[in-house]
Amino acid sequence: MAEVTTLVPLLVVVPLAVAVLLTATSHWLPAWVPDLAAILAAAAVTAMSVVLVVATRTHPIVYWFGGWRPVHGLPIGITFIVEPLGASLAALAALLTTASLVFSWRYFEEVGHLYHALVLAFLAGMVGFSLSGDLFNIFVWLELMSVAAYALCGYQVHQAAVIQGAVNFAIINSLGTFTMLMGLAMVYASTGQLNLSAIGHQLSANPPGSAVVVGFSFITVGFLTKAGAVPFHFWMSDAYAVASAPVGALFAGVMSDLAYHTFARVYWDGFAPGFGVHAAAVIRGVLLAVAVLTALLGAVMCALQADLKRQVAFLTISHGGIFFAGIALLTARGLAGSTLYLITDGLLKAALFLSLAIVIKGLGSSDELALHGRGRQRSQVLPMAVFITVGLGLATLPPFGTFLSSALIYDSPGYGWLPPILVLAAALTSATVLRSTARIYLGWGPAHDPLLTSRKPDEPEEGEPEESETGLGLRTRLWLLTPALGLVLVAYGVAFTPSVAHELVSAAAALQHPQATEQLVLHGQQSPPPVVGSYAPSASAWAYGGSAAGGSLLLAALGLWWRRLGRRVEGVALVLARGLKAVHDGSVGDYAVWFAAGTTVLAIAWTGLVR
Amino acid sequence: MSVFPYLVAGVLFIAGLYGVVSSRNYIHLAVCLTVMQSSTYVALITVGYLTNGQAPITKGAKPGKPLVDPVVQSLTLTDVVVSVAVLALVLSLALRAYRTHGTLDPDEMREMRG
Amino acid sequence: MSRVRRRVLFFVPVGIAMAAVLAWGLVGLPSFGLPHSDYARYFAQHATGQRHTTNVVAAIVFDYRGWDTMGEELIMVSGVMGTALLLRSTRGEEHRAARDPVTSELLTWLRPGMIPLVLLLGLWTISYGYITPGGGFQGGVIGAGAALLTWLAGSYQRYQVLTPDPLVDAAEGGGAFVYLAVGLAGLAAGGTYLHNLIPLGTTGDLASGGTIAVLNAATGLAVAAGLVLIFHEFLEDYTETVPDVAAEER
Repeated sequence: MAEVTTLVPLLVVVPLAVAVLLTATSHWLPAWVPDLAAILAAAAVTAMSVVLVVATRTHPIVYWFGGWRPVHGLPIGITFIVEPLGASLAALAALLTTASLVFSWRYFEEVGHLYHALVLAFLAGMVGFSLSGDLFNIFVWLELMSVAAYALCGYQVHQAAVIQGAVNFAIINSLGTFTMLMGLAMVYASTGQLNLSAIGHQLSANPPGSAVVVGFSFITVGFLTKAGAVPFHFWMSDAYAVASAPVGALFAGVMSDLAYHTFARVYWDGFAPGFGVHAAAVIRGVLLAVAVLTALLGAVMCALQADLKRQVAFLTISHGGIFFAGIALLTARGLAGSTLYLITDGLLKAALFLSLAIVIKGLGSSDELALHGRGRQRSQVLPMAVFITVGLGLATLPPFGTFLSSALIYDSPGYGWLPPILVLAAALTSATVLRSTARIYLGWGPAHDPLLTSRKPDEPEEGEPEESETGLGLRTRLWLLTPALGLVLVAYGVAFTPSVAHELVSAAAALQHPQATEQLVLHGQQSPPPVVGSYAPSASAWAYGGSAAGGSLLLAALGLWWRRLGRRVEGVALVLARGLKAVHDGSVGDYAVWFAAGTTVLAIAWTGLVR
Repeated sequence: MSVFPYLVAGVLFIAGLYGVVSSRNYIHLAVCLTVMQSSTYVALITVGYLTNGQAPITKGAKPGKPLVDPVVQSLTLTDVVVSVAVLALVLSLALRAYRTHGTLDPDEMREMRG
Repeated sequence: MSRVRRRVLFFVPVGIAMAAVLAWGLVGLPSFGLPHSDYARYFAQHATGQRHTTNVVAAIVFDYRGWDTMGEELIMVSGVMGTALLLRSTRGEEHRAARDPVTSELLTWLRPGMIPLVLLLGLWTISYGYITPGGGFQGGVIGAGAALLTWLAGSYQRYQVLTPDPLVDAAEGGGAFVYLAVGLAGLAAGGTYLHNLIPLGTTGDLASGGTIAVLNAATGLAVAAGLVLIFHEFLEDYTETVPDVAAEER
C-alpha cells in the first residue's frame, strides 16, 4: 500500500507544479507546450484518482501531510481522507478538465499559458476540496477553486454588459466563503479543533451550544452558496451564461455540485456526532426543504429560458437540488445515489455545454428561438444525436447511469412523497433540452414564444470568441465533438461496472459512521467495513425512471405547443413567468439581500439543535 | 465572562453586508467585501486571545505567561492573502466592466435578465 | 423610490434578524481570554522544541499546517494570474511611455534613502521570519512596497525597467515551485509530502528550522513578485489615462 499512498499528495501537487512551471517559463515556451502539458497533467490526475478509487474500496487511506500524525488522539497536522466517494469525485473533476482542455486546444484561436495554469489550479482546488479532512483546509481549497473560477469566468467575455455576470459570481461567492469562515471561527472557538473528526469528538463530549449551531448554519450557507441552492443560487445563471464553453463545462459539470458532497462529509464527520440522533429529524427536514425548493425552482426557471447556456445553468441548479435530496435523506443509499448521480449527470452536463459551443459557433446564436430550424442541415446530424442522447440521459432513462443513481435515492426508506417531485424536476429539465433540440434541428414549434426570454435580434452573443464566418471545418468539428462523445459514453456506461451500486452504498455507509472514521483518523485503527446488502433497483424505481423519461418527451412537446392550450392558460403562465423572472434580475444587491435572508432563516430553523 | 470583543466582529460583518447591499459603485462594493472579510480576522484573533497572554514568540518570552493561540494567527495570515487575491480579481473585473461599459454602478450595468 | 432605497428598506428587517442570530451565536462562545484549545496548547508547548524555531506561528504556517500554506500561496498566484488574464487581454498592445512626473518635492528628496531602506526592511522581515515576528508573506509585501515606491517617487518607466516581466514571472512561478518541490523532496526521500529533511540547526540561529527556512524564503520571493505583477497590471491601466511623452513632444 505504500506506493498507492504516495499518489494522494500528487493528485494536488502535479497540476499545481505544472501550473507554476508554465507561469515561470512562459516567456520562453512555444505555444503548443502549455496545451500539451496541461492535458497530460489533467489526464495523470484522472488516472491516479481512478487507481485510488479502486485501492480504497475496503479501507480508506488517511494521509498526514508533513508526517504529523496525531499525538494521543490529538491531530497536529492536516489530513486527506481518501475513500471511494471523494476519490471518484476527484476523478470526475480531472476527467472533465482533461476533456475541457482537449476541447479548448482547437476552440480558442489564441489562448495564453495563463488560461492553462488557471484551469490546472482550479482542478487542484476541486481535488483538495473533495478529499480534505480538515475544516480550514477545505476552506483553502474552496478559495483556490473560487479565485481561479472568477478569473476564468470573466475571461473571453467580449461584450460589455455580460462582464457583470462574472462580477456577480465573484461577489456572491465571496459572501458565501466569508460566512463560512465566520462559522468556522465560531466552531473553532467552541471546540478548539479544526480536524473534522476531532470536532466531532469534542462535540459529542460537550453538547453544542448556540455558537456551534450558528457556526454550523454559517458553514452550511457557505457550501450551499457554492452549490447554488435556493435562495443562494442567483449568481449561477449569470455566471454560466457568460462563461466560455470549456470553462462552463467545468462549472456546470462539477464545480458547484462538489460543494453538496463536501457538505455531507463535513456534516457526518464533524457535526453528526455532536447533534445526536434526535436532531437528525430537524436537520433532515430543513435540508429536504432546501433541496425540493432548489429542484423545483431550478426546473421551472430552466423551462422558461431561451438562452441555451442559461438553460444549462438552471438545469444545474435543479439537478443539484436532486443530489442534495439524496444527501438530505441521511441514508447510505441516498448518499451513494447522490454521488453516482453527481458523476453521471456531471458528465452529461459537461458534454451538453461543450456541444452547445458547437451550435453557438456553427449556427451563430445561443438563442433557442433565433435558431429555430437553423440546424436542418446534414452536417448537423451528429450534434443533434448528441443532444438527444444527453437529453434522455438527463431524464434518467433506464437502465443507464443516471437511472441507477436516481433509483438509489428513490429506494431510500421513508418520504414517499419525495420521488415524484424529483421525477418531475428531472423530466422538466430534460424536456427543456429536448425541446430546444427539436426546435433548432427539426424546426418544430413556433419561432416565437412569449414565455421565453429572448434577446433582441441585433444584440451580440455572450461569452464566445467572435467568429467572422459561420460554420466550422469538418476536422475542427470532429475534434470539438470528440470530448463530448467520450463523456457521454462514460456517463451511459458507468452503470454497468460490476457491483458499482453495492460498492458505493458500502462506501456511503462507512462515511456515515463517524465513530469508525474517528478511530481511523485519530487513532489509526481500521474497523471492518460496514455490511450492506446487494442492491438492484426496485419495481417502483423502474416505474419512476420510465415515467421521467416518458414525461420528458411529453413535457418537451408541451413546451413546443403549449399555446394551443388556450388563452386563459397562456395568461396565467405569463404572469407566473414574469414574476419568477423579475426575482432573477441580475442585481447583485438584491442577491445579497436574498443571501442574508436565506442565512437567517436557515439559522433560525436550526435553533432547536441547541442541547 | 466577556463576549464584547466578539461582537465587534459581528458588527463589522453586518456593516460590510449592508455595504454590499446598498452599494452603487463596484469599487465601493469591493471595499465593503473587504470590510466583511476583516470581520473574520477580528473573529479569529479574538477567539485566540488569552488574558495575560503574550505573543507566540518563544524568543525572549517571559516565563510563566501563556502564549496566545498561534493557530488562529496562522489562519488569519491565510485569510489576509485570500483577501488580497479576491480584491485584486474583483477590482480587475470592475475595471474591465468600466472600460467596456463606462459605468461602475451595478444597477446601471444590470442588463442580464432572465 | 429608487432601486437602492427599496432594497435597503428590505434589508433593514433582514439585517436586524441576521444580526440577532449572529449575536446569539457569538455570545454563546467561551468567554473572551480563556484558554479553550488543546490544539493551540500543543503548539505553544512543543513547537519550539520540535522545530527549533522561536516564532511559533511560522512553525505552524510552514510546517504543521504547511499544506494550507501551499494552497494559500497558490491562491495568491492564481489571483495574480487571473488579474493578468483579465486585464492584459483587453488592453491596447502599443507600448506607451507615460509621462507621470513626481510633483511632491518631499518624495523626490526622500527617494534615494527610502527605497533601499524599505527593500532592506522587507528582506530582514523575511529572513528572520521564523525567529522573530515576520515571515515570507509579511516581508514579501514590504519588499513589493519598495517596487511601488520606485513608481511613486520616480516614474512608471523606471518601475518597468527595474521589474521586467519575464524576470518577475519567473520569480513568482519559481518561488511557488520551490515550495512544491520541497514537499516533493520529502516524498522522494520515502517520507510524506512536506516532511522535513534538512537538519534543524540551533534554535534562534538563522540556520535553523530545516525546511521552514527554505519555504519561508520561497514564499517571500513569490509574494513579492506576485504583488509587483498586480501593481504592474493596475499601473499599466492607470498610465493609459495620463498623456504620454510622445504626445507632449508633438
